[in-house]
Amino acid sequence: MIELRDVHKRLGGRQILDGLTLTVPEGMNFVLMGPSGTGKSVTLRHVIGILKPDQGSVRVDGQEVPAMDRAQLMALRKRMGYLFQNGALINWLTVAENVALPLREHGRLPRAETDDRVHEVLRLVGMDHAAHQYPPSISGGMRLRTGLARALVTKPEYVLYDEPNAGLDPIISQQIHELIVEVRDKVGVTGLVVTHSRACATFCGDRIGILEQGRLAVEGTVAELAHSDHPLARAFLGGDAD
Amino acid sequence: MNVFAKLGGFLLARVDSAGYVVDLLVRAIGSLHRLPRRLRFTLDMAFNAGVRSLPVTMVVAAFAGAILAMQTGIELRRFGDTAVLGTITALSMCREMGPFITGVILAATVGSSMAAELGTMQVSDEVSALEVMSVDPVDYLVLPRVVALAIMCPLLTVLSNLVGIYGGSVIAEHNLGVSPDLFWQSAREALTSSGTLLPKEVYVGLFKAFVFGTAIATVSCASGLRASGGALGVGLAVQAAVRNSVILIIVLGFIVTWFFYFLTG
Ligand SMILES: Nc1ncnc2c1ncn2[C@@H]1O[C@H](COP(=O)(O)OP(=O)(O)O)[C@@H](O)[C@H]1O
Ligand SMILES: [Mg+2]
Repeated sequence: MIELRDVHKRLGGRQILDGLTLTVPEGMNFVLMGPSGTGKSVTLRHVIGILKPDQGSVRVDGQEVPAMDRAQLMALRKRMGYLFQNGALINWLTVAENVALPLREHGRLPRAETDDRVHEVLRLVGMDHAAHQYPPSISGGMRLRTGLARALVTKPEYVLYDEPNAGLDPIISQQIHELIVEVRDKVGVTGLVVTHSRACATFCGDRIGILEQGRLAVEGTVAELAHSDHPLARAFLGGDAD
Repeated sequence: MNVFAKLGGFLLARVDSAGYVVDLLVRAIGSLHRLPRRLRFTLDMAFNAGVRSLPVTMVVAAFAGAILAMQTGIELRRFGDTAVLGTITALSMCREMGPFITGVILAATVGSSMAAELGTMQVSDEVSALEVMSVDPVDYLVLPRVVALAIMCPLLTVLSNLVGIYGGSVIAEHNLGVSPDLFWQSAREALTSSGTLLPKEVYVGLFKAFVFGTAIATVSCASGLRASGGALGVGLAVQAAVRNSVILIIVLGFIVTWFFYFLTG
């Protein structure tokens, strides 16, 4: 379970998070929506411990993330995958090398096992055929799948998805959405999904929260929000959204 | 008031970024034990840096040597003492001009591309991606680059020195009437006549080149890692990298010369 309680954060002279409280229950996809620049990525960075709150608490399975030392953070990050916008792959490594990076860098697995694991996740995301290509020569959708494979390679219990469909066409987006659902249902991953897209939210989400001025303005199940009268819920999930 | 606030802000920003560079260097040195893992990548980097900057460095070094010979030759000719032209060209090239030229060219070619590369990685979240995989960006990205330039800058400097002395000899022969034999003999004597294997000038020059290489790579990586705000931010990072590298080359060059020739005699 991921729990943020009353999180405050100032960045670049602006109050980005202002009392954010949010709970992601085990085995669910929590979708976080909100206008650009409202601190959705900042929220994810708090969960994985790249940023520390000025005030408030961030807990994963009851453990306080900002209080963790290096070793504890490493352990946390092994249990938590992070899918960046556009994949954030290393350009001079092949698809397979990118996916192998988290395993190789902490090299506890034998080489053969690493390779097996890499091909297993590449097959899961449908990228096994392109294992030896380099990121600049593959499409945006393929880069994102590779990023997802890299996030999954350490067998995490949690995955944070930062705009997993930004800049993708509806067909490729839908494939990514199906993958996110598959990762929840087959691998049993708990997800925190940041997105603007109604299709993504309603297809992948179990609960949805909309961030405004540093805290959740509305929160509820997909069905609840789809019929809500709240102006933000209507803007993000209403009939003419997307 | 406003002017002072601005000036204060400006100075604070300078101190802050200088602090970041020093911290980065300390952390890179602290992760030296990881170098064996990064050896292949480091050697690739060093090789690329050398190949990319070699042609320009050689052309510029030849001209620098020629300029040195001309400048000193003009004065020496008045005293009729052009026989020592080889000595002066060789020693000034090794002590000052070789490392300086090499450093400036490396800053412009390799330093700028390091800043662009790391800056692009920073603004497209690739550096954060390394962090969430518990891969230290200093050890993974900065260390190989710093070591690569710390090795490559002295090696290129050796070539610059030789090419520069050759450039000087051409001017000496054609414009100052010093025969190549005499020029090279005095140059060779200057470079071999001390008790040690090579004279102090050569060692100081190579040490300088080592300092320059380390500084250029550290400053350029720091600019890249602190880039923000998309393509525009990357452009500004490259600009800052080259500007700060050149400033450092001049200041550090002064400090090293001063230390070896005036402080410790
Ligand atoms: N490290 C940082 N330093 C200063 N400002 C930041 C930093 N990270 C994010 N911000 C600012 O915080 C705001 C929220 O950013 P972000 O979480 O990326 O927005 P989004 O909701 O679109 O993901 C933006 O205005 C951004 O400029
Ligand atoms: Mg974002």
